[in-house]
Amino acid sequence: MLELRAGVDERGVDVDLDVGAGETVALLGPNGAGKSTVLAVAAGLLRPDRGQVTLDGRVLTDDAGWVAPHHRHVALLAQDPLLFPHLTVLDNVAFGPRSAGASRSAARDAAGHWLREVGVVDLADRRPSQLSGGQAQRVAVARALAAEPQLLLLDEPMAALDVAVTPALRQTLRRVLADRTVVLVTHDVLDALLLADRVVVLEGGVVVESGPSAEVLARPRSAFAARIAGLNMLAGTWRDGAVQAADLVVHGLTTDPVPEEGDDVVAVFRPSAVSVFREAPGGSPRNSLPVTVTDLEPHGDQVRVRAGDLAAEVTLLAAAELDLTPGVRVTFSVKANEVAVYRT
Amino acid sequence: MSHQRQVGVPRWIYAPAAVGVALVLLPLAAMVSRVAWGDFLDLVTSESALTALSLSLRTSAVSTVLCVLLGVPMAVVLARTRFPGQGVVRSLVLLPLVLPPVVGGIALLYTFGRRGLLGSELDALGIQVAFSTTAVVLAQTFVSLPFLVVSLEGALRSAGQRYEVVAASLGAAPTTVFRRVTLPLVLPGLVSGAVLAFARALGEFGATITFAGNLQGTTQTLPLYIYNLRVTDPDAAVAMSLVLVVVAVVVIGLARPERSTR
Repeated sequence: MLELRAGVDERGVDVDLDVGAGETVALLGPNGAGKSTVLAVAAGLLRPDRGQVTLDGRVLTDDAGWVAPHHRHVALLAQDPLLFPHLTVLDNVAFGPRSAGASRSAARDAAGHWLREVGVVDLADRRPSQLSGGQAQRVAVARALAAEPQLLLLDEPMAALDVAVTPALRQTLRRVLADRTVVLVTHDVLDALLLADRVVVLEGGVVVESGPSAEVLARPRSAFAARIAGLNMLAGTWRDGAVQAADLVVHGLTTDPVPEEGDDVVAVFRPSAVSVFREAPGGSPRNSLPVTVTDLEPHGDQVRVRAGDLAAEVTLLAAAELDLTPGVRVTFSVKANEVAVYRT
Repeated sequence: MSHQRQVGVPRWIYAPAAVGVALVLLPLAAMVSRVAWGDFLDLVTSESALTALSLSLRTSAVSTVLCVLLGVPMAVVLARTRFPGQGVVRSLVLLPLVLPPVVGGIALLYTFGRRGLLGSELDALGIQVAFSTTAVVLAQTFVSLPFLVVSLEGALRSAGQRYEVVAASLGAAPTTVFRRVTLPLVLPGLVSGAVLAFARALGEFGATITFAGNLQGTTQTLPLYIYNLRVTDPDAAVAMSLVLVVVAVVVIGLARPERSTR
């Protein structure tokens, strides 16, 4: 179990993060939110200005003490596999056990076991330069596991890989990460859903949201979680039975606990629930949001129409008929019963 | 290897470039043209020539080993740590690169000479450094060390610390990381640095003659021998010079950095 409290003034980070024993936590957040800083503090590569890091009851970092990275039992797996180019695959994986004092043959046995575990034992005699990106990352996973870490830090482990190989590697990770204590930095909603038990969202150096993955992604409270889940979100205040967000008023279905006048609330709705009009439509059950189109992008057989933070999905035909281009003023319309409203 | 020219170079630039090449190659050609080929083998295998050549090779080899033993830690400290005044230390360590070697020789004399900084202590221990073969090695190490440090520090910096970070996170102590990751990764840089240091030691003249003197068999290395011969036996001087040129060309061939980087 990891308990990390760290303030790093230089990077404007002040984070409080707990990861239970055997739990995988996905760390989400925009670039510069402090995710890498958290990993560096946990790995012992960065000394925070204040705070404490304990792992399984052992203090790794506090005001008085400091455990060197190689004594932490914290393994780091980055986007880039960083296999030692001068060692074979087998010796790369045997590196951790060797460093821990295992004999050469015992280390190689352990390496063989972990290579089998991630499905690349047939590559044992190769050099890293002879591997594909996906194979190299599998070897890197085996190498990290072979070091028998108490905490595994994964920094966007699949970001640099071909999309064709990520699903298989994700399945492998899902299997080997179960029952391990893991912090996983990712930008991918699938990683968060399939690999993580819990999601923690960082923004501006602080934790803004935390909860079980499925719940956070279905009912996001932070702008970043909404974006990664592909949902529209308007944050505002609860007034007169509606969400007041800047100059917009949004009606929706409230869920428990029912907000009270003046509460901070969010209105969340799916882009596919939004219709786009050139002229504001009549009819009361709909919310009408006057916006300016900022971007258009293909999204399956639909077109995703972006207007700032909001998005709508229309058919190709509709996009052509509406003559949508960036800069055009349109009305986003969404039925009140498609909007979920809850307190933040 | 395929060559692709992205953007042409201006035509006029070939002219000064050619002059520069001529400046380097012409004197070599002139020297080669004066070699007395008939006596060449006799000249380069005379006893005194072989003595000087052997002394040069032995002292340069020992200096290169010293450069590696001292220069690798220096480069690691300069490339991987930060301490106050590091910039100044780096500049001073590289001073022998730009210092006239004769000045280095004088500095060494006032350090290890009988009346030098450490001379009386060494004297008391019965050690006489100046004007001995040890002095030759010290002078050569003094001038060649920066070549190894510069070359290796560059290699360490471009290799970066990412692999070392991974190694530490796998539980490797700093000494293990150094031995199993850092050194193998910069081995090409270390080899080319050591070859450069060896070449510089082989060519060393000024500091040696000032600090070690010019005693045949003890401190007279090949460059000093050639300098002596230059007046008394120009043919032998030219022949031995050619030997040094050949050695230098071989060394440059060995030290040339790899064209492709992984």
